[in-house]
Amino acid sequence: MLLKTIFTEHRAILNSLFLHVFPNPMAAHKLHPENWVDQYADYLFNYAVARVNDAEIAKDLVQETFFAGLKSAKNYKGDAAERTWLIAILKRKVIDHYRKINSKKGKAEVKVNYSAQSDSEGDWLEERVADPFGQGGDGAIENEELGLAIQECITKLPKKQALVFKMKTVQGMETEDICNELGINPSNLWVMIHRARTALMGCLNENWF
Amino acid sequence: MMISCDEAAHICNKTQYKEASLWEKIKLRLHVVVCATCAKFAKKNRQLTSLCEKANLHVLSQPEKDQMKKRLEKEY
Repeated sequence: MLLKTIFTEHRAILNSLFLHVFPNPMAAHKLHPENWVDQYADYLFNYAVARVNDAEIAKDLVQETFFAGLKSAKNYKGDAAERTWLIAILKRKVIDHYRKINSKKGKAEVKVNYSAQSDSEGDWLEERVADPFGQGGDGAIENEELGLAIQECITKLPKKQALVFKMKTVQGMETEDICNELGINPSNLWVMIHRARTALMGCLNENWF
Repeated sequence: MMISCDEAAHICNKTQYKEASLWEKIKLRLHVVVCATCAKFAKKNRQLTSLCEKANLHVLSQPEKDQMKKRLEKEY
């Protein structure tokens, strides 16, 4: 009787210890593929554009990342947040992309291209100066980190605020066009912009101001 | 002539997108002179704008996202 109580007590302690060392996957993070595009597409896209320097390729890589994530969803242990996990996949996709363009044919010839797409226009540096997707090179790494920090903060905003903020700030759309598209009035829009900006100031405060 | 802090914040936000009129900007300036809270807000707001510009942010358009979703749904 006494032994039995001691055993059950110990088992409880052992159990909690075990759970502490190996967190229960069900209790930790879960995957929600149906929300991936809305929540993480822009974040991943930003990351990819900074690395491959081409919007089309970056878009494909993001799509491939989602496919790969879905395929290996059963291997997801739940110990990393969904976003971190997807970024890890995207990193591999970027590496694969560079392997592909540097393999076989690439090694045999000397390349003097400045862009990933060799046959498209913009082979000359001068042509690429005004390209909004091209990187100037100065402080590129810091700016990339900043970009990811901002995107991360944006993902924490309520969905509609994030949408309005991105349309206005990143896409530079006119107030009127946004209102028409979302069916809101300008004062709604400015309230959402105000809330989003205030939240972003708070979110970026620690590291960037 | 003098405006409330709410209105000042509203004009300040509009200024970040170059949508405030000259008269609004004058009113904001006058308010900021006497209101430390709004002065601080205006400064941070400007900083946020320049950070966003510097970060060179990219987003996918809604049609692009919808297309992505559709392709992804086929794989479920």
